[in-house]
Amino acid sequence: MPDTTFLDSSELVINMGPQHPSTHGVLRVVLKLDGEKVLGTDCVIGYLHRGVEKIGENRTYQQFAPYVDRMDYCAAVSNGLGYCLAVEKLLNVEATPRAQVVRVILTELNRMASHLIWLGTHALDIGAITPLFYVMREREAILAIYEKYCGARLTTHAFRIGGLQYELYDGFEQEVKAACDLILPKIEEYETLLTGNRIWISRTKGVGILNADDCKAYGVTGPMLRAAGVKWDLRKAQPYSGYEQYDFEIPTGANGDTYDRYLVRMEEMRQAARIVRQAVDKIPVGPIMAKIPKVIKPPVGEVYVSIEAPKGELGYLIVSDGSPQPYRVRVRPPSFVNLQSLDRMARGALIADVVAIIGTIDIVLGEVDR
Amino acid sequence: MKKFLRTVFLVDLIQGLWVTFHYQRPKYRCTEQYPAERPRVAERYRGAPRLNINPENGETLCISCNLCALACPENLIVVTSERNEQTRRKDLTTFIYDTSRCMFCGLCEDACPVDALELTQDFELATYSREGQIWDRQMLEEGPKPTEYKY
Repeated sequence: MPDTTFLDSSELVINMGPQHPSTHGVLRVVLKLDGEKVLGTDCVIGYLHRGVEKIGENRTYQQFAPYVDRMDYCAAVSNGLGYCLAVEKLLNVEATPRAQVVRVILTELNRMASHLIWLGTHALDIGAITPLFYVMREREAILAIYEKYCGARLTTHAFRIGGLQYELYDGFEQEVKAACDLILPKIEEYETLLTGNRIWISRTKGVGILNADDCKAYGVTGPMLRAAGVKWDLRKAQPYSGYEQYDFEIPTGANGDTYDRYLVRMEEMRQAARIVRQAVDKIPVGPIMAKIPKVIKPPVGEVYVSIEAPKGELGYLIVSDGSPQPYRVRVRPPSFVNLQSLDRMARGALIADVVAIIGTIDIVLGEVDR
Repeated sequence: MKKFLRTVFLVDLIQGLWVTFHYQRPKYRCTEQYPAERPRVAERYRGAPRLNINPENGETLCISCNLCALACPENLIVVTSERNEQTRRKDLTTFIYDTSRCMFCGLCEDACPVDALELTQDFELATYSREGQIWDRQMLEEGPKPTEYKY
């Protein structure tokens, strides 16, 4: 909390949010201002708290799977993958090869969808309204694949513990390739709209600088860390679901400012499309579900599994006491951890830059509050 | 010098404006005019629940095994049955499904051993009261009847 102000000082404490449209949901930021200059910020969170971790203690392992989709609802498939991998590690089973490849395709499509939403809302916050309409149009191609594959568009519940519930539909490969072919040229269009645009550059370049040391100190992961120049990606560092088979680059930035983070995320979308194209060509035949008992009773123990979600490192710590329900589920959400760096980045900036900085962190409040 | 000229002649802005301008063509229109033009949802869409009946004699396919109620994370399905002494089977008496709490995860339809409970392509579930969201057996067998608007 910023210190209380006195009447004779020129400092002013105001609330930004929770209804402010640029805080991407119900985030309340208490700003301490000197005119337009930000002296300090304080995030008040919890307006979207649903107690997901506590719900997990009262559900069986299979029953909890749909709830994790509702944390980061822009990247529901990634959440499901992390949870399923954690329970599979607890059970000491592995998804079948076919299931693993399909999982990679769907999560990488989800990375594209999540970054598209980020691009649209972030540009909208800064004042560029046009990209929002275009990204929604392209995201529709990805959501249509989800709808055809598993029957839901946003909170998909696509993966089950041990593999997949649904077999691929006819024409899945062609539609995935068509979606990649559709989105890649459109990314160039967004770049035409934004990358060289003088307003965009002056609003983002040099705004919200967070260097590599600060990122490590705050535990910031994902595109924010990579924009600061650290080549760290869990898909390369500790591959899961067969990511070691795919050929892709880790894009990095140099300055760690908002503009670099924008470029890193744009490049990540292209790399995601690259992974999807490689994966689609080698979907093996075989079963989609590993041998999993109907009632999942993992042995006593605890596991921590983390994956590279679109927003950063998404980890699940699951403690099992041998019963069909987890003893404790703890989620390490990337948005929550990345949000810590807001104060560091916003201090000394102008109030209009706070909007740009919140947008560049790419938070989803469902995940921050859980 | 080149950079200066590009700045003066607003090249970056005009390039962006060209992108927006070329989408003015009517063939790029992609908004769905919803009530007039109804979306075609996918075959596997998980929408309103339905309790299937045998189309020949109108009897329910449900065998009152209660597996859907056990699979449901929200405990929103209530199945009651009574034992039929003649056939030595359980006869379904009531089946209550609270769609207001449903998150359409599809675990109930996966659990059903006889494909009696299914999530269908109906997606218009709005009602005027909370009680209307709680569906009984008759409602589940008949399905929702949304108003279709004519234009």
